Amino acid sequence: MEFNVEVVVELKPDILDPQGKTINKAVSQFGFSAVKSVRVGKSIKLKIDADSKEKAIELATELSNKLLANPVMEVFMVRVDE
Amino acid sequence: MKVGVLVFPGSNCDRDALWTAGSLTGNESFPIWHKSADLNGADMVIVPGGFSYGDYLRSGAIAQFSPVMEQVKKFAENGGSVIGICNGFQILTECGLLPGALLQNDTLRFESRWVEIETKTTRTPFTKNLNAGQILKIPIAHNEGRYFIDKDGLDKLLTNNQVVFTYHKNNPNGSIYDIAGICNIDGNVVGMMPHPERACELIVGSADGKAFFMDQ
Repeated sequence: MEFNVEVVVELKPDILDPQGKTINKAVSQFGFSAVKSVRVGKSIKLKIDADSKEKAIELATELSNKLLANPVMEVFMVRVDE
Repeated sequence: MKVGVLVFPGSNCDRDALWTAGSLTGNESFPIWHKSADLNGADMVIVPGGFSYGDYLRSGAIAQFSPVMEQVKKFAENGGSVIGICNGFQILTECGLLPGALLQNDTLRFESRWVEIETKTTRTPFTKNLNAGQILKIPIAHNEGRYFIDKDGLDKLLTNNQVVFTYHKNNPNGSIYDIAGICNIDGNVVGMMPHPERACELIVGSADGKAFFMDQ
């Protein structure tokens, strides 16, 4: 079966994200004062052949640990579209 | 000394390194293509700057899987001298030869200018011709140069004398502890954001980088 898997990679919460900070400044200037914080990450979409949803998640997690995310500075989430 | 300079798709400081760590400093230098499974007898390996694989995903992330990097890891583990400059530093952290990571500059700008760096240790093969505390004039040219490591990691770097260079007075990228370059525990693997290979002749503004590649 083919699964659509999304890996979302973000900087760890305690690491400064200058891009997010700059966007946040612009957001405030546009008058969206309700927005208190902006952090930028990336979304990586995979199509994975696997026997089960669990296997697809397992594979995406292994790949993320090895390549898609750098555990020194980033965290990731794996999501599967049903 | 035989100096091997790695060449990845997107490397752009390899020619500078071949010249300045080669005949300019009395060495024999040669390029090593990233697909090579052999370092061709190099006594020193330079991982040069540039934009290996377009810096896709993260700077240095893809290059760590090049066949040549397996050889570089073995060479480093056996005590061989390896220096990663700029993108080369990013590659060495990504492949685990050096701790920490390089993040986008806190200025959100590509920083390309001369900086001053302070020599913190002379125990590496690349700093043995320098004096502790010596200030060097070396250029930087990077977008992801903000060295980061968690608190425990930083404590280890300091305890083990692994900080090789810090920015003097002005930190151009927001790196932790003003770090510009570090080494592994044994000191044979060095990574730094500034470009010593671009500062080896007075005609380009500084010859402070020449000492890195002399008399190994």
